Amino acid sequence: MAEAAIELVGINKSFGAVWANRDINLQIAPGTIHGIIGENGAGKSTLMSILYGFYQADSGEIRVGGKPISIKAPNDAIAVGIGMVHQHFMLVENFTVLENVILGAEGEALLKNSIAKARSELQRLEKEYGLEVDPDAIVEELPVGLQQRVEILKALYRGAEILILDEPTGVLTPAEADHLFRILQQLREQGKTIVLITHKLREIMAITDTVSVMRQGTMVATRETAKTTVEELAELMVGRRVLLRVEKGAAKPERAKLSVKDLTVRDSRGVTMVDGVSFDVRAGEIVGIAGVAGNGQSELIEAICGVRCAVSGSVVLDGEPIDVTGIADPGELRDRGLAHVPEDRHHVGLVLAFEENENAILGYHDKGEYLKGPFLDIDAIRDDARTMIERYDIRPGDCRLKTANFSGGNQQKIILAREMEQDPGVLIVGQPTRGVDVGAIEFIHKRLIAMRDQGKAVLLISVELDEIRALSDRILVMFAGRIVGERGPDATEGELGLLMAGIEHREAAE
Amino acid sequence: MAFLDVLTQLIDATIRVSVPLLLACLAGLYSERSGIFDISLEGKMLAGAFAGAAAAAVTGSAWLGLGAAILISIFFSLVHGFASITHRGNQIVSGVAINFIAAGATIILGQAWFAQGGRTPSLTGSARFQAIELPGAAAVKDVPILGAIYSEILSGHSLLVYFAFLMVPFTWWMLFRTRFGLRLRAVGENPAAVDTAGISVAWLRYRAVICTGVLTGAAGAYLSVAQNAGFVKDMTAGKGFIALAALIFAKWKPVPAMFACLLFGFLEAASIRFQGMAWPMIGKVPVQLMQALPYILTVILLAGFIGKAIPPRAGGVPYVKER
Repeated sequence: MAEAAIELVGINKSFGAVWANRDINLQIAPGTIHGIIGENGAGKSTLMSILYGFYQADSGEIRVGGKPISIKAPNDAIAVGIGMVHQHFMLVENFTVLENVILGAEGEALLKNSIAKARSELQRLEKEYGLEVDPDAIVEELPVGLQQRVEILKALYRGAEILILDEPTGVLTPAEADHLFRILQQLREQGKTIVLITHKLREIMAITDTVSVMRQGTMVATRETAKTTVEELAELMVGRRVLLRVEKGAAKPERAKLSVKDLTVRDSRGVTMVDGVSFDVRAGEIVGIAGVAGNGQSELIEAICGVRCAVSGSVVLDGEPIDVTGIADPGELRDRGLAHVPEDRHHVGLVLAFEENENAILGYHDKGEYLKGPFLDIDAIRDDARTMIERYDIRPGDCRLKTANFSGGNQQKIILAREMEQDPGVLIVGQPTRGVDVGAIEFIHKRLIAMRDQGKAVLLISVELDEIRALSDRILVMFAGRIVGERGPDATEGELGLLMAGIEHREAAE
Repeated sequence: MAFLDVLTQLIDATIRVSVPLLLACLAGLYSERSGIFDISLEGKMLAGAFAGAAAAAVTGSAWLGLGAAILISIFFSLVHGFASITHRGNQIVSGVAINFIAAGATIILGQAWFAQGGRTPSLTGSARFQAIELPGAAAVKDVPILGAIYSEILSGHSLLVYFAFLMVPFTWWMLFRTRFGLRLRAVGENPAAVDTAGISVAWLRYRAVICTGVLTGAAGAYLSVAQNAGFVKDMTAGKGFIALAALIFAKWKPVPAMFACLLFGFLEAASIRFQGMAWPMIGKVPVQLMQALPYILTVILLAGFIGKAIPPRAGGVPYVKER
């Protein structure tokens, strides 16, 4: 094997008491695609930020092409040919593609020549790698896939030989992701070294030559991709065997806990999003609502939970009506045993600037157990938060940490813990595993099944058809604001897919 | 002819009154384009006006006055930068503090040094920037219209007036045609992009606030060493804030900034010119209403007539590297 393109020796990095990277050793061969996989919060991004000079390692050595180098700032990384495509693009949105590409690599004080040079260089890169993008387009007007291409071009323009991509497919459609992979393969053929960071096993198997697995800040294994399996990688990532399929017994549904009748909801523009929807959710069952995003599912649960006003219709919770057309108070609904895990956890579910323990009781903060006279009982709150951290395995296990510092999966666990621990009769869950990694998905699914088996009524909304099929006892399919069909848990993906596309099953069968 | 005379005088006055607005507005443009909101344009201008008048009075040189004005204004800019760039403080709080310090310190120091009730001694001769007659202004004076435009409107201003208007194309060129300008605009939109491109966010922003200091200093010097013959307490009278309004009105672009400042300047010039004049049908308008007119129009214009003004996206937000 030739000299390693990048070699990391004994890298350590901690943020306060939390080890982000611990004694990391890694060798990446030139001209290969090397995957780094791990759960959210395993320390992948931190490691790459150290390599790119965004952070300084506490100790350890970085070698590029066999030579030890010190990377103190992104400048140093760029100088040795390391380029990075960040998860959140580092682009100036109202600049043109050309302006973004030359930023920081202008060469001289006046822009005229550097713009001209960049223009011809972009043409060359476009020919060589199939990276076509209009150099004069304004970045914010480009689709996400093309914005990412601008990031890649930026790195190549600076002469990157080693390209790091941090969760590059998180924002891409499947077709865009496939296109990206073709570009990466082309880059590899030209001798570039690519480091791909992801938590998606499918991508690792599809494109990498070798793969390293990180867990809780350490590098637990490196494998040749061809000689490993999805199961092995999943186990290495999580540290134990992972059930990629949920196990559950048959549901024992009882009386209806939540009844929705003729519910109609319009959005702020006056467009009817939910059109006369009726269904029941009984105690002891999970009802899943499948549908392509934007067919009224979001508005439906918002109306039931009192976040959005309905135009007409009624909702009955435990035999008592909810004032869905008027002022239904989400706080009051919570008191009546309706818990809600919102779809958009950042905007609706959490206050990211709060400490974990504050979010862990948010919405329940006026309950007696958290109050001492007119004041919050901080000790009781933190005790409860610590219990939840333990029971839901929320990491890092520090209830004083700012919520923004938790990974997506752990933030979701914070919300689930909050809503489930209050022992609600009805639980409404929107997109429970969006942006959550394998281990946490398994955990969340198990908890939802456990809720069902305790005799709770669970209403699940998800755009992941696999999730709906794995968890639901009954599946309702929503299309254009209406429920167009109900199927059992044994419905095939094709059958549901047709319903979701608005094609009646009957017609399709004929 | 009477009407034309009034018009040329009005335009001439508009230009004079617009200059401090324009300089302050461009000053704010540099800072805000880099992502540092600056409501202390007012205070820096005031401090600059005082320092300029004081230095000119003591040394007898308008140029030294200008230099002193710029230096003191840069100093305040650096204080603002130190608070909001290095220490990531709240930019509004820092700006308010500078305004207060400037308002108080100029009066106290003025009284202590010159003992004229917060004023500086009257400036005469070379201690003041004098009007410059453009070549041939006197000769073409009698040519109808064009002559008047040249001799009355274009000619006969102090050096700082020409400087202010030349700064408009210069600023445009700087922003859109140079490396510094590209980086300046980038850092106000997405400092993380600048940081990952290997450029120091802090150093870039410091350079931007220094530019702001130079221009507010010049604006202050214009007030006390060119337009007037000395410093009077609170002589900026809210011009810094009007300049900020003009900056928003112009959507942070140099050429529209000039027109916005000319508009506000025109309103002010008109309110002075027509003070106490009896209008047909309406009669005599109270002086206070005329004086308030520019401010009332500012509110109306900003509230309804400019559409959505999108400030630089990173404006007001201290840059912290994300985990």
